[in-house]
Amino acid sequence: MQVNETFTPTIVAFCCNWCSYAGADLSGTNRLQYPANVKIIRIPCSCRLNPMFILRAFQRGADGVILCGCHPGDCHYTTGNYYARRRMTLLFSLLDFMGIERERTRVEWVSAAEGAKFAATMNDFTQTITRLGPNRRLEDLRCKVE
Amino acid sequence: MQSRVIEKAASLLESGACTRVLGWKAGAFFYDVTPAVFTCAQEVREQMVFNPFCGANLSKYLIAESRKEGRIAVFLKPCDTFSFVQLQKEHRIARDKVWAVGVQCRGMCDIDSLKELGLKGVTAVEEAEDDLRVTTLYQEKTISRKEALSPRCHTCKSRKLLDCDELIGDQGQDLPSSRFAQVEALEAMTPEERFAFWRGELSKCIRCNACRNVCPACSCEKCVFDNPNSGVQNKAAASSFEENLFHIIRAFHVAGRCTDCGECTRVCPQHIPLHLLNRKFIKDMNEFYGPYQAGGDFDAKPPMLAFTLDDPEASIITNGRDGQ
Repeated sequence: MQVNETFTPTIVAFCCNWCSYAGADLSGTNRLQYPANVKIIRIPCSCRLNPMFILRAFQRGADGVILCGCHPGDCHYTTGNYYARRRMTLLFSLLDFMGIERERTRVEWVSAAEGAKFAATMNDFTQTITRLGPNRRLEDLRCKVE
Repeated sequence: MQSRVIEKAASLLESGACTRVLGWKAGAFFYDVTPAVFTCAQEVREQMVFNPFCGANLSKYLIAESRKEGRIAVFLKPCDTFSFVQLQKEHRIARDKVWAVGVQCRGMCDIDSLKELGLKGVTAVEEAEDDLRVTTLYQEKTISRKEALSPRCHTCKSRKLLDCDELIGDQGQDLPSSRFAQVEALEAMTPEERFAFWRGELSKCIRCNACRNVCPACSCEKCVFDNPNSGVQNKAAASSFEENLFHIIRAFHVAGRCTDCGECTRVCPQHIPLHLLNRKFIKDMNEFYGPYQAGGDFDAKPPMLAFTLDDPEASIITNGRDGQ
């Protein structure tokens, strides 16, 4: 029996409702391809992203987490993404400090008009994570679904 | 110093200026000093202590105590006054119900530091200028105070007494501190080494929550970790990452508010260097968003409650590596 050993990563993309989620929509209607293992979770604003969400996503089997929001200056709530930027910079820096690969986390600004950028970002991020391999450092055995 | 502190506490109670005094008293052993509230002068004279083991930061107790009736007097060391100011900034302490007495400090000692020097069965420690006279069951020995200091006091950041109503001892100054040296040493390691270091440290965690309970910044009335649905209560069922998650969230919640008093590491029964996580946040915020000392003054805007249009992007993080 042959075991298929190709690694297909699970990627969680947190997309803000107003820009990036619409950007993902646009890349779909434009028939641009991005990997099917990107799971999009819609959040009202990039600053809604609680650090627990990211850690929980990793615990429950994500191999990479990316946050997409409106470009700085374009937030639907005016300033949300500026706060998100500070928080995520600190959190990702701490994760890196604790030895969790820096490449597994990313912040990208994608507007509602940037369907192509969304698809390109996801392609690139999936490639990065595939190269890194499965996430072993943050997983939690309790949360493993057999 | 002890006699001046006790006399001050007793006179504040006797004159009726305060109805209670928040200070320290000896626990089961003279070196496990514990915070205590005294209500009469006699109690103060019998039980209150101020010795080199009074490391506990009393400012957190003021959150509850300043809401009670009558004024409370409190004794604060320089690092405690930073927490005191920070809590006032967060509107957690009713300042008019508190009489703050600043006590100058020359660094607190740690029984573990004494044990490391090979002193076993310590029965008494007496202060004498820059030395300590240690009496053990077997010998009497004079050591320099520096040797017995608790690790956090080796990198003391400031001896300033902020926002006190009166002082015992002199007003101090900010000190040149090398407190980020350990963080930098960790940053210089490879990610694999860092991961091994933190896994080794944090897997010792027994989830006693002492670090949370003692932290002056970590003082929510309802805590996410007390929520039975959070899934982070049950240590027995937890696998390896669970402790990391608890400590990441704990440190993140106090980012920008942590004054770096070092209480978390002091109380940890497993001797995990928890302050390093907080210090990493402080170092990053200083680097990315400009120097800031939580509790340093009443006006500075906390970095996590502010932003600028040209903040660095998350891709700035290199932690000592060359940019990728």
